[in-house]
Amino acid sequence: MTNGMVIVGGGMAGARAIVNLRASGYEGAITLVGEETLLPYDRPPLSKAMITDEQEPQPAWLLDESMLVSLNATVLRGVRAKSIDRASKTLHLEDGVSLSYEKLLIATGAKPRRLTLPGGELGYTLRDYADGDHLRNRIRNSAAVAIIGGGFIGLEVAASARKLGAAVTVIEAQPRILMRGVPQEIADVVHARHEAAGVAMQVGTGLSAIEIDGVVLADGRKIKADIVIAGIGATPQTALAEQAGLAVDNGITCDATLRTADADIFAAGDCCSFPHQLFGNKRMRLEAWRNATDQANVATENMLGGSKAYTAVPWFWSDQHDLSLQIAGVPGDGVETVRRQLSDQAFIIFHRDASGRLVGASGIGPGNSIARDVKLAEMLIARSAAPASAALADASVGLKSLLKG
Amino acid sequence: MAQWIEACGKDDIDEEDVMRFDHGGKTYAIYRSPDDKFYATDGLCTHEKIHLADGLVMDNIIECPKHNGRFDYRTGEAKGAPVCINLKTYPVKVDGGKVLIDVG
Repeated sequence: MTNGMVIVGGGMAGARAIVNLRASGYEGAITLVGEETLLPYDRPPLSKAMITDEQEPQPAWLLDESMLVSLNATVLRGVRAKSIDRASKTLHLEDGVSLSYEKLLIATGAKPRRLTLPGGELGYTLRDYADGDHLRNRIRNSAAVAIIGGGFIGLEVAASARKLGAAVTVIEAQPRILMRGVPQEIADVVHARHEAAGVAMQVGTGLSAIEIDGVVLADGRKIKADIVIAGIGATPQTALAEQAGLAVDNGITCDATLRTADADIFAAGDCCSFPHQLFGNKRMRLEAWRNATDQANVATENMLGGSKAYTAVPWFWSDQHDLSLQIAGVPGDGVETVRRQLSDQAFIIFHRDASGRLVGASGIGPGNSIARDVKLAEMLIARSAAPASAALADASVGLKSLLKG
Repeated sequence: MAQWIEACGKDDIDEEDVMRFDHGGKTYAIYRSPDDKFYATDGLCTHEKIHLADGLVMDNIIECPKHNGRFDYRTGEAKGAPVCINLKTYPVKVDGGKVLIDVG
């Protein structure tokens, strides 16, 4: 008697895996093991609506009890997976329970990096619902908020805190915000929007310490704050795989089908490192909502005997103030950029590689003004299309016509 | 009871495209298909209440601009994650270059 398909991790990838196993016709047992005491919920609202909404928040459930009954899946909550015995195909849990698996999916996600400087333990981080609930209450009782790190999480929380009326300072050590994966022109728009909203932006500024009443900068200046929040990246949760002797390369090393070196163990989501066939088999690890969803779909299909490669174009979004930015593909692979102005406030930067192929698209604008064109760009990227610069730059040339042309 | 409302002119929407139409405190999405037929659905995605008119129409599918939920706009049928609730659809007729929808 086995526990069938076993999933470790109760985030988006884990929840999606349950749904897709059933949608694919699998009828055996499904067991998910999650560290959190909550059923799987959606994380994107944690940095935004969860903090700003006037009414008491509740999790945006991905699965609830009735869905689990109809899916005939078991979710073990509030328990950590301790080790894998690959020879006997057994997963051992911290509470002494053991599960035997036919196939195992590791979807353990990532955990926020902690500040390591003096007083770093005073900084809060945001990853799960409990963090969000805590930040919501703390920010609402804070006159001044200091945010360490000008990445997506930090900037989204900055926008939310500002909306609640707190004095907000963002401190970024790099010369500009969003250094990783966002082109300068778009980062500049985001930076200006935060300043217009009254956020104090301190870029190119190192830190020397976190104190109980604020942050000490490298140059000795003190920024007073009632709460300090760190958004300085996340570390993939690979300990379980490493303990089992599986390779790790900034994430659990998988092949293009999201399988590890062990034919019965797969990985998906933030913890998964895989070669991307669309980008020269470059090894990637993506921390993104859509990636977690799509990888769970592919991994579960392959757990059931498929051999499908994961080739989805990387895509993510961030909402800050009234602006939404979306990035598709791998902008960093581009050597040339082409700008398409959609309206006064909305534009897309296309990234082309040396051969002229479209490899990325980065857009920003109010509301969902750039969504449609970024989606079309994503489809062009997926086809390895190489549209002419002039056509990309000309907003009167529909991207859909390039796709069909 | 049928209640036909003029939503837009026939030529206000390109083929294989979508337009937003607000009426009586509600928002609708009006579609023109590649084979030049008109359809109407609720204007907001069933997942997170995003305006579908900002989304992309490909063939008979509308994709939500936020999380890529997909619907067949002819039937309202949800076509997979993250959406699982179908969109409500409304009868449409074209009368002398005008597109009317039955919101009754």
